[in-house]
Amino acid sequence: MLTLTGIAALLVVSVLLFILGYLIWNGARSLNLNFFTKLPVPVGEHGGGMANAILGSGKLLLLASLIGIPIGLLGGVYLAEFGKGPFSLAVRYTADLLNGVPSIVIGIFVYGLIVMRQHHFSTFAGGVALGIMMIPIALRSTDEFLRAVPNTLREGGLALGASKAQTVVTVIIPAAMQGIVTGIMLNLARVAGETAPLLFTAFGNQFWSSGWNGPTASLPVMIFNYAISPYEDWHRQAWAGGFVLLTCIFLTNIVARLLVSGGRARAGH
Amino acid sequence: MMGAKDAPEKLSLIERLKKGDEIAYLVTFASALSIILVTCLLVQHLWVDSAIARHAFGWKFLGTSTWDPVNDQFGALPFIYGTVLTSMLALLMAVPVGFGAAIFLAELAPRRVSNVLTFMIELLAAVPSVIYGLLGIFVMLPLLRDYVVPVLQKVFGFLPIFKGAFYGVSYFSASCVLAIMIVPFIVSISREVLLAVPQAQREAMMALGATKWDVTWKSVVPYAQRGMIGSIFLALARALGETMAVTMVIGNVPQIKATLLAPGYTIAAVIANEFTEATGDLYIGALIELALVLFAVTMIINALARLLMLGMKSQETAH
Amino acid sequence: MSTSATPFDLKKLHHARSARFGDPEPVDPTPAAQFTVEEMNFFYGDFHALHDLNMRLPEKRVTGLIGPSGCGKSTFLRTLNRMYETVPKTRVTGNIRFGQSNLLEFSPTLLRRRVGMVFQKPSPFPKSIFDNIAYGLRVNNLCKNRDLKNKVEECLRRAALWDEVKDKLQESAFSLSGGQQQRLCIARALAVEPDVLLLDEPCSALDPIATAKIEDLIFDLRRSCTIIIVTHNMLQAARISDYVGFFLQGKLIEFDAARKMFQFPSNKLTEDYITGRFG
Repeated sequence: MLTLTGIAALLVVSVLLFILGYLIWNGARSLNLNFFTKLPVPVGEHGGGMANAILGSGKLLLLASLIGIPIGLLGGVYLAEFGKGPFSLAVRYTADLLNGVPSIVIGIFVYGLIVMRQHHFSTFAGGVALGIMMIPIALRSTDEFLRAVPNTLREGGLALGASKAQTVVTVIIPAAMQGIVTGIMLNLARVAGETAPLLFTAFGNQFWSSGWNGPTASLPVMIFNYAISPYEDWHRQAWAGGFVLLTCIFLTNIVARLLVSGGRARAGH
Repeated sequence: MMGAKDAPEKLSLIERLKKGDEIAYLVTFASALSIILVTCLLVQHLWVDSAIARHAFGWKFLGTSTWDPVNDQFGALPFIYGTVLTSMLALLMAVPVGFGAAIFLAELAPRRVSNVLTFMIELLAAVPSVIYGLLGIFVMLPLLRDYVVPVLQKVFGFLPIFKGAFYGVSYFSASCVLAIMIVPFIVSISREVLLAVPQAQREAMMALGATKWDVTWKSVVPYAQRGMIGSIFLALARALGETMAVTMVIGNVPQIKATLLAPGYTIAAVIANEFTEATGDLYIGALIELALVLFAVTMIINALARLLMLGMKSQETAH
Repeated sequence: MSTSATPFDLKKLHHARSARFGDPEPVDPTPAAQFTVEEMNFFYGDFHALHDLNMRLPEKRVTGLIGPSGCGKSTFLRTLNRMYETVPKTRVTGNIRFGQSNLLEFSPTLLRRRVGMVFQKPSPFPKSIFDNIAYGLRVNNLCKNRDLKNKVEECLRRAALWDEVKDKLQESAFSLSGGQQQRLCIARALAVEPDVLLLDEPCSALDPIATAKIEDLIFDLRRSCTIIIVTHNMLQAARISDYVGFFLQGKLIEFDAARKMFQFPSNKLTEDYITGRFG
């Protein structure tokens, strides 16, 4: 049994190594300065890049963070510090529900909510879609990390004449900060790779997107479009894009997980 | 140090506002409420925007297999078939491997090894769908076409599911990619469930002279089985909603064929492909109705998974 | 479960204080009341935890509350700064006066600034030593920023901790030993200059040397601050208390000056408890 299950485990791990290896091999060698600085060029010409997609993803993630993190964080504070009873249960259940909604359905939702009303695709709509995806995760992780803070700290703050709000802001949240930050990082990493919700919100753009009101290219969508195209050069660029995307996501994940285990080690677990 | 003052001290309204309890409660409550509002809004949008199609087709929508945008005939059956088929097949491939790996990591491997491997497997869960799709198109499809399927057809070619020409994109390819995508979830959740089995359970068996094999299969796994089945449901829910990797390797042809080697379609894939080009309210409405179906199915499966996991927790405390 | 397994004779208890601190000063026969408790009952949900309590807790004295585990002394302590309000389903009937005014008329946050509390387990905030002490001052806006450093030093000196930490004020409070952490918590509570300090078994998690240092601290504070200390260490109660209240199963059995209680306890139950016949 050891060998069988061991093989199973090794199989799974080897898939990871293979993915990494193949992407590094294929992607890294397609990478050049142009990739990061140039706009896409017509098929047949050389020297194009995905600069607009990288910037677009940046804008989308920024907006998503501005929407998803505050709502998730504050909601998590409510659940951990103020809430009790059926309302809290409803919030937790709904957050789980929202978390389980396929990302393409979120895209359809935001399409109806924003794109239909504005009559055009926009970075704004894309950011909202990603932001909605960030909320349940931010809520759950904030809730859990706050509840892990020992109650003695809450009592200590109150006993000194601090109000509940003061105690939460000046003692409890700082105590849970490491967990909250890693939660945000993992959240961002997950949402950065999402393609489906952007297909009918941010849509795509061959050029730079202006402001928040126009459609924008994004790294995952461009990778998708290039991958399914019939052009060799675009395939090459899709590999490069995939490599960049995966590297960013993996780095964020690794740093976040190291932070958590480092924190646990310091706390003497 | 003065003695107790005579008049009881109270905070003025301004001071109370500054202390912030009321504001904090309101703001955090509003955030928590907004989650419920957003979800309700989502359901409402799906319901309302699909109304035109629901009224046009009724329940027959789920049973009709014609998908003809030109003549405004929409039936969901090919997509439901594709979604269910690919997900089930993916589970069939992923669950044995996933459970095996989880048992290895939780029960058999030395701690250090287990931690490192788990870390790597959890990284696998972070790989975006589009990258699985990328590798699917350029690595898996050629692999299947040149090595795996010929062997399969040689050995099992008499079975209807392996008949027919294979060009790469197919139900089978999509199932393989999906299987790889959901394995990390099965491993991660099952491993945690296994680790949560109280040590007392293992010790009780070991004290009777049982081998590691016995302890694992007769004590730990049965105790954890609810949670492990829950992990299957969660993986299923993920597989049902997977869009990008699937649409890149399935072929995107709305048809129902006996063979796995033919191209197919799933709900998520058809929405992704056709939504931006859909013209006409009925077309769009039909696609949104598909989204509604997908939403409902994943919601139910997730709920079942949670019930199972909750059942595990109460099982622990009952002991 | 009492920590004192061997029976004490009353003489040893009676002389414990003078043995430790030298001759005790004569105790003022009628000190003013810091807290007046009248017919107080306390409920956790349906559980009747405290029964018909009546007592006057004297101002600027050390009052020790003794009794076996679970007798309600900690519960009682928490009614004095309304900390029980953070727990759901708790209920108080009867009257508690802080000075002349009803306890319930105060705003809880202001009350807790004047009635400080130190808990059983040392729980400094995960901040620097400096920030721990400064916390109460900052949160209550009690002093200007430029005075903060001086105030913190003053508090640490009062807690006899200054020499030990003056070179590492910016280090985490967790770098201190358990005894130092508890003294830090006391210093932190003193920073807001409370009228009352409630101590809930402050030494039970500490070694004898740390305990001795805290008892010294309490002794030094006693005339500038009302101190009410819950302890299940009989000798400790005898050493530092001016007054003692004996609790049993949620009732106050006896309340008297310490020299009298430990020499001629009025109630047989009291005598049995303090001589260690049950606990």
